[in-house]
Amino acid sequence: MVSLPAESPPASDTAPRGRPVTRLERRSRWRWHEILFWLAAASCPLVVPDDLVLVSQVLIAGLFALSLDLLLGYGGIVSLGHAAFFGVGAYAAGLLARHGWGEPVSGLLLSGALAGLLGFALSFIIVRVRGIALLMVTLGVSLVLHEAAVKGYAVTGGDDGLQGIVLDPLFGLFSMDMWGRTAFGYSLAVAFAGFLLARRLVSSPFGLALQGMRENSRRMAAIGAPLRRHSALIYTVSAALAGVAGALLTQTTEFVSVEVLGFQRSAEVLIMLILGGAGHLYGAFVGAAVFMIVRDQLAAANPEYWFFWLGLMLVLVVLFARGGIIGGIATIAARFRKGGSR
Amino acid sequence: MMVSLGNVLFNGLAYGMLLFVISVGLSVTMGLMGFANLAHGAFAMLGGYVATTLMNKAGVPFLLTLPIAFVAVAAASFVLERGLYRRLYRAGELDQVLLTIGLVFMAVAGATYVWGPGQQPVRMPDYLTGQWTVAGIDVGVYRLFLILVGIAVTAALVLGIERTRFGAMIRAAVDNPRMAQGCGINVNRVFSLTFMAGSGLAGLGGAVGINLIGLDPGFPIKFMVYFLIVVAVGGLGSIKGSLIAALLLGVFDVGGKYYVPEVGAFIIYAVMVSLLLWRPAGLFGRR
Repeated sequence: MVSLPAESPPASDTAPRGRPVTRLERRSRWRWHEILFWLAAASCPLVVPDDLVLVSQVLIAGLFALSLDLLLGYGGIVSLGHAAFFGVGAYAAGLLARHGWGEPVSGLLLSGALAGLLGFALSFIIVRVRGIALLMVTLGVSLVLHEAAVKGYAVTGGDDGLQGIVLDPLFGLFSMDMWGRTAFGYSLAVAFAGFLLARRLVSSPFGLALQGMRENSRRMAAIGAPLRRHSALIYTVSAALAGVAGALLTQTTEFVSVEVLGFQRSAEVLIMLILGGAGHLYGAFVGAAVFMIVRDQLAAANPEYWFFWLGLMLVLVVLFARGGIIGGIATIAARFRKGGSR
Repeated sequence: MMVSLGNVLFNGLAYGMLLFVISVGLSVTMGLMGFANLAHGAFAMLGGYVATTLMNKAGVPFLLTLPIAFVAVAAASFVLERGLYRRLYRAGELDQVLLTIGLVFMAVAGATYVWGPGQQPVRMPDYLTGQWTVAGIDVGVYRLFLILVGIAVTAALVLGIERTRFGAMIRAAVDNPRMAQGCGINVNRVFSLTFMAGSGLAGLGGAVGINLIGLDPGFPIKFMVYFLIVVAVGGLGSIKGSLIAALLLGVFDVGGKYYVPEVGAFIIYAVMVSLLLWRPAGLFGRR
């Protein structure tokens, strides 16, 4: 079997035998390393009780990268402005909480829905352009929103950020504490829920159609797949998920800065995903973890020049490790298996 | 105080010319090899630093630093093209975008390390400072100089591409690289040279631009969008398109800042997005 679930350039051993539905079911079965991954994430309060704030940040960034993975890794749509949706979700959650809607879970879902709505509206545009124009349109939309947030001082607080966000306790029981325990539990739960959704989606017939489009869109068109509708749908879902991630950041930090919409954030999420490996789902979380930990260390050691190393890392990954970390592990595991069976 | 339309037009044209000089190389190389080079602004920044270093440290006169900036940046871009870019011509644009974003980060940090985080001080020679008033319009001498540089660059490019043998090779390679290769044109070499010239122009633009738009390590990120707008709106590989897009962008940006400062760059981005929806290949792009 292919070593990683929910993804695979169909290897020789997955010859299309039996009904396609059972094939999908077989491919989407949970593997032991997946369970291990989430257990490891859940055990963070015991292992690194002092770094829970960072862990929450990683989970949020991972969820954001996951939303981009759906779009880029599965849908094959490159976006230079994915922060647009993250930022809309973040501001929506902040504004809701600030204007009396302090209940976190419904606020989170509403913010995600709003970002999804924006994504849906934009998807009509996105499916019409490709290549450099696609890059510029995605970038342009995020820049428009960034400018609007900077200039719309009365609503967004402009460069000072949105302050005075107060949330109700989660389920009426847990309020955000100083050690970030509530924030961690909340982030983990939301990230896991988002992951389940994404996992379900990519192992559905729709997910398979997306991967087909990514590999060869002409052939998919020839067998009658509605390319534009698929693209629009994954764009909407991805936008909503990014919005949820943004809302989660707002709710756990109780602050929104205007940089949630910035180009830097769009670039960073792209870097995380590529570093971890696009088209694997787990690459998003692994990439986010590695990126944030490395950035933490580098920024502490070398505050002025740390992004030199970030740039170097990116260049090296592009040149020598296209699959990212998960892709590398998958290759090694596949080689290992092959060697073992001989 | 209300600024007269003439002043806005003049300043916008000067700014647009500068954007054109910096961006045109990006447009041609993107049209030629389809390479999405987001690090183009880093070349412009390098040109600026070469010029300021020569002026401030070695006392080289300003006008002499311009050709040196051109040559230095062209040489640097040659090394990068051979070493890095060439490997990714066949890769998707995602890889190209990532590689060049990585290079931008490295360039920004590198420039901070070498030249410090602040704005570069620069003193222009006396004959390029000052201001005349012509028919009610305040004509800054330096801006006039920029416009002249832009016109000279345009003329050189048009003549070079329309009238020379090498220009014919470029046009052939843009139209159909495989056919050009088949006719015995060394497309790789054509591209290398074009890339060098385009990057050199960016370096020249960076050097002449310091007096207008400043120079600090954030330059490649701050202006990346503007260069990309020129290229995308003008249409890949089109000199005429780049010129018109750059001038429009310059005029609208300056006008927007004078008349509706509270809206900021909003209009520019919104106009770009809607323009690309109307014509995804840009104003003068093909396909």
